[in-house]
Amino acid sequence: MELVKNVVCPFCGTLCDDIICKVEGDEIVGTMNACRIGHSKFVHAEGAMRWKKPQIRDENGELVETTYEEAIERAAQVLAKSKRPLMYGWSCTDCDAQAAGMALAENTKAIVDNTASVCHGPSVLALQDVGYPICTFGEVKNRADVVVYWGCNPMHAHPRHLSRHVFARGFFRERGRSDRTLIVVDPRESDSSKLADIHIQVGYNQDYELLDAMRACMMGHEILYDEVAGVPKEDIEAVVEVLKNAQFGILFFGMGITHSRGKHRNIDTAIMLTQDLNNFGKFTLIPMRGHYNVTGFNQVATWESGYPYCIDFATGIPRYNPGETGSNDLLQSKEADAMMVIASDPGAHFPQKSLERMAEIPVIAIEPHRTPTTELADIILPPAIVGMETDGTAYRMEGVPIRMRKVVNSDLLSDREILEKLMKRVMEIKTASK
Amino acid sequence: MEHIIKNGFVYCPLNGVDGEKMDICIKDGKIVDSVSADANIIDADGKIVMPGGIDPHTHIAGAKVNVGRMYRPEDSKRDVEAGQSGGRAGSGFSVPSTFMTGQRYAQMGYTTAMEAAMPPLLARHTHEEFHDTPIIDHAAYPLFGNNWFVMEYLKDGDIDGCAAYASWLLNATKGYTIKIVNPGGTEAWAWGGNVHGIHDPTPYFDIESFDIIRGLAEVNEMLGLPHAIHLHCNDLGHPGNFETTLASFDVPKGIKANPQTGSRDAVLYATHVQFHSYGGTSWRDVVSEAPTIADYINKNDHIVFDVGQITLDETTTMTADGPMEFDLHSLNGLKWANCDVELETGSGLVPFIYAARAPVPALQWAVGMELFLLTKDAGKVCLTTDSPNAGPFTRYPRVISWLMSNKARQDLIDGELHKWAQRKSSVATLDREYSFLEIAQITRSTPAKVLGLSDTKGHLGVGADADVAIYNFNPETQDPSADYRTLEAAFQQAAYVFKDGQIVVKDGTVTNPTLRGRSYWVETSVDETIYNEVVANVEKTFKQYYSVNFANYPVQDDYLPHSAPVRGVMQ
Amino acid sequence: MIILTPKEQPEVPIEIDTIIPDSIAGKTLDEIKNMSILHGNCQVPLTDFFEVEGEAGATAAETKILINGDVSQTKRIGQGMTAGEITVKGSVNNYVGAEMEGGVITVEGDAKGWAGQNMKGGELEILGDAGDYVGASYRGDWRGMSGGKITIHGNAKSEIAEYMNGGKLIVKGDVGIMPGIHMNNGVLIIEGNVIARAGGEMAGGIIVIKGIIDEFLAGFEYLGVEKDIEVEGEVIPGAFYKFKGDYAIKGASGIIYAAVAGNAHIAP
Repeated sequence: MELVKNVVCPFCGTLCDDIICKVEGDEIVGTMNACRIGHSKFVHAEGAMRWKKPQIRDENGELVETTYEEAIERAAQVLAKSKRPLMYGWSCTDCDAQAAGMALAENTKAIVDNTASVCHGPSVLALQDVGYPICTFGEVKNRADVVVYWGCNPMHAHPRHLSRHVFARGFFRERGRSDRTLIVVDPRESDSSKLADIHIQVGYNQDYELLDAMRACMMGHEILYDEVAGVPKEDIEAVVEVLKNAQFGILFFGMGITHSRGKHRNIDTAIMLTQDLNNFGKFTLIPMRGHYNVTGFNQVATWESGYPYCIDFATGIPRYNPGETGSNDLLQSKEADAMMVIASDPGAHFPQKSLERMAEIPVIAIEPHRTPTTELADIILPPAIVGMETDGTAYRMEGVPIRMRKVVNSDLLSDREILEKLMKRVMEIKTASK
Repeated sequence: MEHIIKNGFVYCPLNGVDGEKMDICIKDGKIVDSVSADANIIDADGKIVMPGGIDPHTHIAGAKVNVGRMYRPEDSKRDVEAGQSGGRAGSGFSVPSTFMTGQRYAQMGYTTAMEAAMPPLLARHTHEEFHDTPIIDHAAYPLFGNNWFVMEYLKDGDIDGCAAYASWLLNATKGYTIKIVNPGGTEAWAWGGNVHGIHDPTPYFDIESFDIIRGLAEVNEMLGLPHAIHLHCNDLGHPGNFETTLASFDVPKGIKANPQTGSRDAVLYATHVQFHSYGGTSWRDVVSEAPTIADYINKNDHIVFDVGQITLDETTTMTADGPMEFDLHSLNGLKWANCDVELETGSGLVPFIYAARAPVPALQWAVGMELFLLTKDAGKVCLTTDSPNAGPFTRYPRVISWLMSNKARQDLIDGELHKWAQRKSSVATLDREYSFLEIAQITRSTPAKVLGLSDTKGHLGVGADADVAIYNFNPETQDPSADYRTLEAAFQQAAYVFKDGQIVVKDGTVTNPTLRGRSYWVETSVDETIYNEVVANVEKTFKQYYSVNFANYPVQDDYLPHSAPVRGVMQ
Repeated sequence: MIILTPKEQPEVPIEIDTIIPDSIAGKTLDEIKNMSILHGNCQVPLTDFFEVEGEAGATAAETKILINGDVSQTKRIGQGMTAGEITVKGSVNNYVGAEMEGGVITVEGDAKGWAGQNMKGGELEILGDAGDYVGASYRGDWRGMSGGKITIHGNAKSEIAEYMNGGKLIVKGDVGIMPGIHMNNGVLIIEGNVIARAGGEMAGGIIVIKGIIDEFLAGFEYLGVEKDIEVEGEVIPGAFYKFKGDYAIKGASGIIYAAVAGNAHIAP
């Protein structure tokens, strides 16, 4: 058995890069340092079914095994004909693949969108309106004396987050956890809130109201009501004092506010609170991005087109308007007439009405495993898994780029190779039809 | 492939050619003496021929640049472009997307551009963006001035240790230059503070900016780097900061330039000096101190600088001077972004509207113009707009027109420009007009020389890379002063541009968008014992205080498909 | 008048921002028929989706366009027009009247999202309901609608008058959440009900709400009751609670008038 060190975990946005993989032949049989979720990706959780060859669905709706060449031919035909193709996902593959995808989208005049659309898209919309004061993880470990987790449950969704950044000892925080005040804002009690020094049980869908009151209080004004969002005025004032007196505060936030009532405006007002706190001490924030390379897609898309997601290439130049060019917008309005899914599982996560449209249109899935998405797919192209079988760049939740390692070999094509072949074939078809 | 560019008016300052009508011969990507009869003929009759332009300081690739793009969809919407000649589409007026960046530089006849600020931890990001930046040769400057290792080595007086660390970091990030931004100040900003002047010690590390600048200047010459230390002084943008600027300029004086490559003789490169040339004490009594600064430049030979000229546009400011950006946000209330990078540096962004009718922008415009016009030797000054901070790089032709045409300046001053420009600076009294040779200096030969690239860049002598720009402007029949708008248009869209002997622009349109340029970086080595000690120290520090593993930190070779190492000191 | 009668509306929507009074003025009928519109990712002639008859005026101001039917799958009607008239005898998709600078648009049905986005001048009237972002700004732009008048006769959804900088927006029906979010200037009048977060993060401007407000933000200051308020020279009769804020924003001076009737629960 071989030990491969400094492996980068291809699961969540914490992007731990200290994983050690135990390898036997071409199989990862164990890990060290990984959390349970990361570990289960590396060793393949029980019950996961991996596609070994491309598949095409026949007239009876049954999947038939085929070659990459045939599957790519079918997929290229779909994309070349489509008037409003949607290319969705991207978050579980590397940046070179994402770049190949951007080229394909531009050339097929498609809309290209990633999982941020149903995740931290609201955070993107908010930062576009009001700004984005962040820091890298090491700053948190080394300096933070006030840590706020708002609308997220890291003990479940980013299991090593607290141990790496809050419990860890830092240069200026030698006692680690005991040098910090931990605040959790969550309507529920959770495994994360149990660890907090202060747990604010904000009323459901009232985070915006609470933040508005906190901001007014911070600005020196009276809060209008005795209780806001289920929190007594005095408690609001007390927590504002803690935040104002922070030497270095950090706000981590997640779906609890990106997807409750108000969405991007919850984030907007939280960002502005963070910014204004810099008039007192020092305060920064980091969005708790989910997939290990969701951030990478937003980076690649932005530097290549100017826009981070929901990019519409229908006119040949990039256009952008989440709410109209977002994947669920396009599916629910029935605008999308074909869909390519890669490195994600919308079949498992999208709302019913979107799935109904997915069932009506041709769906191409570039996907290693059998998933609810592949149940809806007409063409399945299995790739090698980034971070295990192939390498490439990924961007951590706060934008630190780390190179994913190839740990074992695979016969499968990489996402990037599949996309490049697809593009080549689509261009041939389009040129021939002119 | 051979080309002969016939009968153009050639401006090549490094070889003493000032508008002479002559042929330029290209073979296999280089300038040669002569070519065969089969050579492709480019008729440059009545046109200006210059080496490809070189931008020594711009923000085009990397983490904060991309935040600028991402957080300003309204800036993207303002300026969108379809792909040219099979190339890729793009968007962005003040922060263009990468394909657009390379193309727009090439369209203006620029063939080399330097990314001015690269946080070491995020270096990979800069190099990835260069993969998608067509045509231009490039390099990136890693940030050193708030780096924990640098500050501790220099505080301890361990200059050898600092040099070993710098050598390691330049290699690990594939960087080109020792870049210093608001030394000590960005570390203070990690606690919400700043430093003022060069003798204000930074919290905890307790080292003065003076010592950071001096120490790194010594390290720079010990390593024999092609470029000098590249300094963004403390107190950027504050009225009265000219004193800090002059004090900073004096710091490395007396150190001897020791480049192993090229022929640089300056030991200090000061950047966007316009932002550092203010007198007065507040925004009410602020005045231009550009004449004082220019006077220092004229009297001292150890320094080369770039201006950072205001272009009077709505643009996006972005810099590693984190605290400055927060102050700017407090001033104009516009959306503020920030990224503090562990153990290394930080950055901030704020959109800014430099309206001609507003008093302060008008004065800032005047300060930049004064610096250009009062600096006697064009071999000491480079044209920049600190893109996009003072304006987007696509405005370089406009700046050229202002420099060559007193009429252009007067039209602006008499027109919409706020009266502060005249009242608080001397710009309205200066009627100097730059010649084409001087323009070629500030956009080609001066940057090439101070960057240490003048063996192969910034000139059209035999052996140079065949990077050539041809402009539709006839210096014999057209008057750049009277026809300044025509001049601007001619420099905005070149007639022809060659990159390594290949045509990349024709009639203002990019013809070869898939071409990619070289990634310059500096290779040095130091005493092995000291180096190993330093690296062991760095590795230990990684384990305790960084958030990535030491083994995953250095930029892998995969990121430089066109790697072009330049040698510093090699032992 | 140019009359466009919609043929079968496609599943993938079309965009007709190229067909405004400014662009068709002075053109012949045949020229207009051959003008290009966007269908998905293809440029197609206008006649693929519309019967075209009539005559354009010599100038934009003299040009009227009548869209004679339902165009729920047509986007960007009247986008950027500076003069002239457009009447739609049906419902429209996104962006009707976006960036318009002058002229009049009347929609006799419903509008989808972003009606009157970044409007500079002119008049936009929706006789039915509107969607989200009426009179709002483009993503990232802190400078929203700056002039003109929008009237929604039915209901509207959320984030209307977002980053409003000037002009007037009237909704006769109800709205969702966050009307007037980040408003800086201008006048927003809601005659129906508001769910929550009126004037969130507003820095200036005036919002008048005549209906019931379910929830109100605590970042506002209560200034008492005012009767028969005057807004831009016009008197609005009735008794109103007056609030100033949103003090989440430094130096905010936005004003919200909330009808006293039915809103006792929001007065402190």
